[in-house]
Amino acid sequence: MIPIAEAVAPPNLKAATHSDRSPGSIAFLVALWLALAIAVLSLTVLLVDAFIDGQSRLDSGLLTNYTSQVFPEQAGARAAILGSIWVISTTAVLAIPLGIAAGLYLEEFADSERWYNRLIETNISNLAAVPAIVYGMLTAGFALAIGMERRIVLSGAIALALLILPVIIIATRESVRAVPQEIRHGSLALGATPLTTVWRQTLPAAIPGIATGSILALSRALGEAAPLLLLGGLVFVNYDPNGLMSGFTTLPIQIFNWASQPQEAFQQVASAAIILMLGLLLVMNAVAILIRNRYQSRW
Amino acid sequence: MATFTTKPSTTQSSQNGERAPAPLLHTLEHAPRTLPAYPSPVVMECSDVNIYYGDFRAVTDVNMAFAKNEITALIGPSGCGKSTLLRSLNRMNDLIPQARVEGSITFHSKGIYDDDVDPIEVRRRIGMVFQKPNPFPKSIYDNIAYGPRVTGMKVDNMDDHVEQALRRAALWLEVRDKLKQSAYGLSGGQQQRLCIARTIAVEPEVILMDEPCSALDPIATSRIEDLMVELRENYSIIIVTHNMQQAARIADRTAFFTADVDVVTGERTGRLVEYDLTTNIFQNPSDERTEAYIQGRFG
Repeated sequence: MIPIAEAVAPPNLKAATHSDRSPGSIAFLVALWLALAIAVLSLTVLLVDAFIDGQSRLDSGLLTNYTSQVFPEQAGARAAILGSIWVISTTAVLAIPLGIAAGLYLEEFADSERWYNRLIETNISNLAAVPAIVYGMLTAGFALAIGMERRIVLSGAIALALLILPVIIIATRESVRAVPQEIRHGSLALGATPLTTVWRQTLPAAIPGIATGSILALSRALGEAAPLLLLGGLVFVNYDPNGLMSGFTTLPIQIFNWASQPQEAFQQVASAAIILMLGLLLVMNAVAILIRNRYQSRW
Repeated sequence: MATFTTKPSTTQSSQNGERAPAPLLHTLEHAPRTLPAYPSPVVMECSDVNIYYGDFRAVTDVNMAFAKNEITALIGPSGCGKSTLLRSLNRMNDLIPQARVEGSITFHSKGIYDDDVDPIEVRRRIGMVFQKPNPFPKSIYDNIAYGPRVTGMKVDNMDDHVEQALRRAALWLEVRDKLKQSAYGLSGGQQQRLCIARTIAVEPEVILMDEPCSALDPIATSRIEDLMVELRENYSIIIVTHNMQQAARIADRTAFFTADVDVVTGERTGRLVEYDLTTNIFQNPSDERTEAYIQGRFG
């Protein structure tokens, strides 16, 4: 008698013939790694280079000193940091409510069969790809038309709000679309109005996604220089901005300006400011990821 | 289905020497009720109801009345329009673009599609429980309190109101210690009973149920069935079910629908074949299509 285990040949799992190890697959895998390596490497080089250049200036002076044309060794980013805070906060106040409202309307109330709604949808997707400088031009033209000063916090915030509005609208729409239809129907079947349903069910369920998208959009606005330069963002500000009508500079503008100066000391402080800004962006993106993971959808 | 018990009491006619026809399915595990031959008193009524999606006619010429404090089951093969009809009974069909109801559906003799009728109020008076349990992403307590809150119901004490609704849905004992916990922590059967409790909390007169047990295991199903029989004392229940045995077990009256296939276009339109007391439908159907379906010859 042969034991049954020998009689029935066990399936040879190792001999399976799918070609994970064929030369083609390996070449493809290597190509993918290479693509990743290029991205990571260039970021690393940039960071290390900036760190080496700027480490001598990474001190409290960077945070507390105003910039100075006469003493580049003592130039600091105080006005730029405060300016960035003012502009980004104003941008958030302008863009987030508007973006959420527009996204909610398009997703929950607009009849997507209508040609004008389809036109709006297509255009919003296109707007997300428009170069940032165009928004600067638009805002400059708008400011000129209504006789508003261009070089103030409000103008800068309007330009950046226009820039990130499409991103927030798209993020809102996607989060709202991810809320299951059953939740809406459950609410409506109890006799809730469509507006109540949006306000008390759909929107709260979509908030984590909207928050993540908004923070990522704001971090893009934080790093943006082009539209503000076009508006004539000031570069040598040695006072704290103190309101929407105040002149301002921001970190990217300040870095742009320092980096274009010939003195070695300005190059160093520019590198230090780059580190500071990257750190800030990292923190904002980390918060976005944290929110996403913490409140990941539960259905 | 192992839960069938033989209850010969429902087919007693041997006294006068006639042989009772052999029952097709044994019905009424719950005590049989003496019911009038025609629905009375009527709570809802369909007259010449045709339901369209765009040009496509999904339901054709339905005439039937639903009795107060009874369970009415709508059965039939897939695509026979029974769910479509159910959804149009509380205007949930309005939410489907292009859906249109012709003929009249009345609630206490008032047409629910009349111009002066608010669909929101219709849905509050005629509640609905869905196929898949759809609790809100909130606590158990808030799931129940949501309906009364958003419909502006006058509730003296919300805690008592929530308890009452949960008790009626036979869920109180299981959840009384975790009212503040998320409803997503409940089992599927508990979630469905929560959805029933949520519907009861706005005190509707009619509860529509769209295959409420199709996502549940047999034990959870049996609990929901017991619950429906209890709820019949205070509410009128209309249930769509794919499960004939379920209709046989709990329904007072059963309507059998079938799909007519258009020879030219291949489109299927639902039609009411036979509507009678459940005992008659299952033991002595007058239409041969009903008999064929109940015996499992098609569907």
